[in-house]
Amino acid sequence: MDIETVASLSSFLAALVLLTAFAMLVQKRIYSLIHLFAWQGLLLSANTAVVGYVAAKHHLYISSLLTLSLKVVLLPYILHVLIHRLKIRKEIETIVNVPMTMLIGLALVIFSYHLTAPVRELSSLVTRSTLAVALATVLIGLLMMITRKHAVTQIIGFLAMENGLFFAATSATYGMPLVVELGVALDILIAAFIFGIFFFHINTAFDSLDVEKMAKLKEVD
Amino acid sequence: MTFSPVEIASSAVLIHMLFVLVAALLRRSQKALIAVFSTVMTVGSLMICIAGAMTVWDGATETRVLSMGLPGLPFHLRLDPLAGYFLTVIGLLSFFVSVYSAGYLKGFIGHRPVTRLAVFYSLFLAGMSMVVLADDALFFLISWELMAAASYFLVMFEDEKPDNRRAAFLYMVIAHVGAIAILLSFGIMAGLAGGFESFDGYTFDAMRNVSFPVSWATAAFLLSLFGFAAKAGVVPLHVWLPEAHPVAPSNVSALMSGVMLKTAIYGIIRVTFDLIRVFPWWWGGLVLTLGIITALMGIVYAMMEKDLKRLLAYSSVENIGIILVGIGLSMVFLSFNMTLLSSLALTAGLYHVMNHAMFKGLLFMGAGSVLHATDERNMENMGGLIHLMPWTAALFLIGALSISALPPFNGFVSEWLTFQAFLLSPSLPSPLMKLLMPLGAALFALTAALSAATFVKAFGVSFLGKWRGPQQRHVHEAGPAMIAGMMFAAAACLCLGIFPTAFIDWMDIVPEQLVGDRLSVSATAGGWMWLTPVAPDRASYSGVIVFLGGLAVNLLVYFVLHVRPGKIHRVPVWDCGFEKLTNRMQYNSTSFAMPFRRVFGFMASIKEDVSLAPQPAHAAFPRRLHYHLRIRDRFWNWIYKPVSDASFWVARKVGRLQQGRIQAYLIYSFATIIVLLLLAVI
Repeated sequence: MDIETVASLSSFLAALVLLTAFAMLVQKRIYSLIHLFAWQGLLLSANTAVVGYVAAKHHLYISSLLTLSLKVVLLPYILHVLIHRLKIRKEIETIVNVPMTMLIGLALVIFSYHLTAPVRELSSLVTRSTLAVALATVLIGLLMMITRKHAVTQIIGFLAMENGLFFAATSATYGMPLVVELGVALDILIAAFIFGIFFFHINTAFDSLDVEKMAKLKEVD
Repeated sequence: MTFSPVEIASSAVLIHMLFVLVAALLRRSQKALIAVFSTVMTVGSLMICIAGAMTVWDGATETRVLSMGLPGLPFHLRLDPLAGYFLTVIGLLSFFVSVYSAGYLKGFIGHRPVTRLAVFYSLFLAGMSMVVLADDALFFLISWELMAAASYFLVMFEDEKPDNRRAAFLYMVIAHVGAIAILLSFGIMAGLAGGFESFDGYTFDAMRNVSFPVSWATAAFLLSLFGFAAKAGVVPLHVWLPEAHPVAPSNVSALMSGVMLKTAIYGIIRVTFDLIRVFPWWWGGLVLTLGIITALMGIVYAMMEKDLKRLLAYSSVENIGIILVGIGLSMVFLSFNMTLLSSLALTAGLYHVMNHAMFKGLLFMGAGSVLHATDERNMENMGGLIHLMPWTAALFLIGALSISALPPFNGFVSEWLTFQAFLLSPSLPSPLMKLLMPLGAALFALTAALSAATFVKAFGVSFLGKWRGPQQRHVHEAGPAMIAGMMFAAAACLCLGIFPTAFIDWMDIVPEQLVGDRLSVSATAGGWMWLTPVAPDRASYSGVIVFLGGLAVNLLVYFVLHVRPGKIHRVPVWDCGFEKLTNRMQYNSTSFAMPFRRVFGFMASIKEDVSLAPQPAHAAFPRRLHYHLRIRDRFWNWIYKPVSDASFWVARKVGRLQQGRIQAYLIYSFATIIVLLLLAVI
């Protein structure tokens, strides 16, 4: 494979990541959301492997495998179990309606492209054009956390943000050192466990996972 | 094998620190804890006192660089005569109070564990000694905070009472506002000494070797004066003092009032005379004015107070004012290069530092004994205690005489020296100062008189007359350890009053190093018996002769009254024909203070309500009369209430940010990120 092909393949994968990000932003069913999250992880893993191939950085293969096992298999599995145990069946309500959310998302993408324009001009990396997508994924993940009321979807938003960061790391600098990536992967895993435990506690305390209910915890009237 | 003073002092500090571990081990057996506590504290404070006294005696300066501290910024210790003088004061009073505590703490056995008191008392002593020993800004501030934090927990000792928590909080707030000012002041001086990018200027040595530009020096001086004034209780930053001192255990009040306030005085002297060195005359004028206002306000509030410990706390405010008057005068004289007069005023201020530590320590210990015995702080409910607690009464009387500046006790010497400095001020070249000085001297004299009246009230109402309280309680004399502690302090008061020449001879090195002239040559010109501040033909005082004369008169009176038999008839009080005298009809604290309230009441916000419940049959004979009096600091409404209201208002507005919804918080972060990114683009 020559550089040109790799670059367009990378861009194609980036476009798909952005697509899944948008799909997650508007998806209302919780199981589909988890599937979309898994798909995003898969695309990320593939992209990491491609970047590793073109940059001849072999540790990126390891991190690609790590992504595959963690974000495509383990985390979705944990979330599945969680939802099953907590018997969450109902559809997820959003605060802002779908078209509005989409429009804000679009604005964020444009903003990201504008923001990374100077970097694109200076960088000589093959993957430089995907940096804007990575930033957009982070911002859309945050937007998703803001627009959802359900605790589980907020966690998925958080994990999507982490995906964006990981993507930014691979596309901006050909990945972080392996030690750092291992650390981050471990963090994500532990975070998932802690979230799981918290969900059970929140569920028992409030009889619901709707974060709106937690408003009564505030101190000021 | 001999040890140098700085080694003795630092090992004493170490002993105080290590005691904390011992206290943790001993907390199950409170009796053993108290025994170990008082032994260790007595030995430790005696070591501090000896180290300080030796340093002043030798006039030598020792420095040490510790291998502790931040990387590249080690702690510096320095024990010079000024530090040694304050170490002596700290050590001496802590020694007396530690002896007293051995008895005082026993009163808590069975009520509440004293582990916390013992631990923080120890840390408090260590902190105070470290403040004085520190020779760099970093170590100074760490020690300063250790002292403040330890005393905060001591004030909080009986933390189930809301008053104590409130007082401790107020104390903490003012202490921290002050500490920030001190930090900024050191920051300015360190920046000018070593450049604003490096840390080299943080030692006091580096600051000593720089001559600061006047504008920056003024900023540093004003900041540090504000910071130290907050700790010393200078009006209008004094409001924490009458709240915090009364609620602390009495041995702690004695230390806080007696020596903790003095560390702030030490800070002022260290910064102005030692670090900045050269200053314009109006700095001294400012300190002098603050001192006079503080002294006058403090004593007026003390006069109107009916709570014995609050009265003593306000009187501490007054005495801090007197000390500041001495220091301010010294600064004025020094900036006109009149070194002998400057030395006289500084000696007077430093002498009063020692004196106030002794008699205020004694008075707080006495008030502690009274509180211990009667469980009462309100003087309106006391009376006649002289019959039940003769020792405490006699010792409290000595403290009251000393603080009222009556010869032959020590308070007289320092106030008299301050007056001498005032009387010599016409030689100042500045016409403005010449005009203002007589006014200052007059106000100062007024303060001294009011102080005597206040302590006539404090002693008379609590110890004389008959018990005013609702029912007679079981009142007992203080234990032997408590009496011993008070006796030491009383003896110190007397000795300092009788042998001022010896004391001035000993401490003379301190003003000599700071202002460049010594007083002892002229002060002892008339021999050891006569104190002659400037010249024998101008003014002289002999404590010994006054003491012997007073003793002779007292013995004669006693002889005339008591030794001849049958001359004293005890009869009921003449009741003007009104037959139903009760103990409640005695002259009490409020009635004693009434004339003063009329004259000086404008300085406080006073609310007086009198309501009569008329009798239907005879309007002229009311059935009951309600008298309600509330006295508050004016400064509370002027300064503190607006500030606290404003901070609550701001807090409520900021509190609106707290929506209780995760989404809102996420939006805050989201908006922040977007704004920051936008700024990056622009």
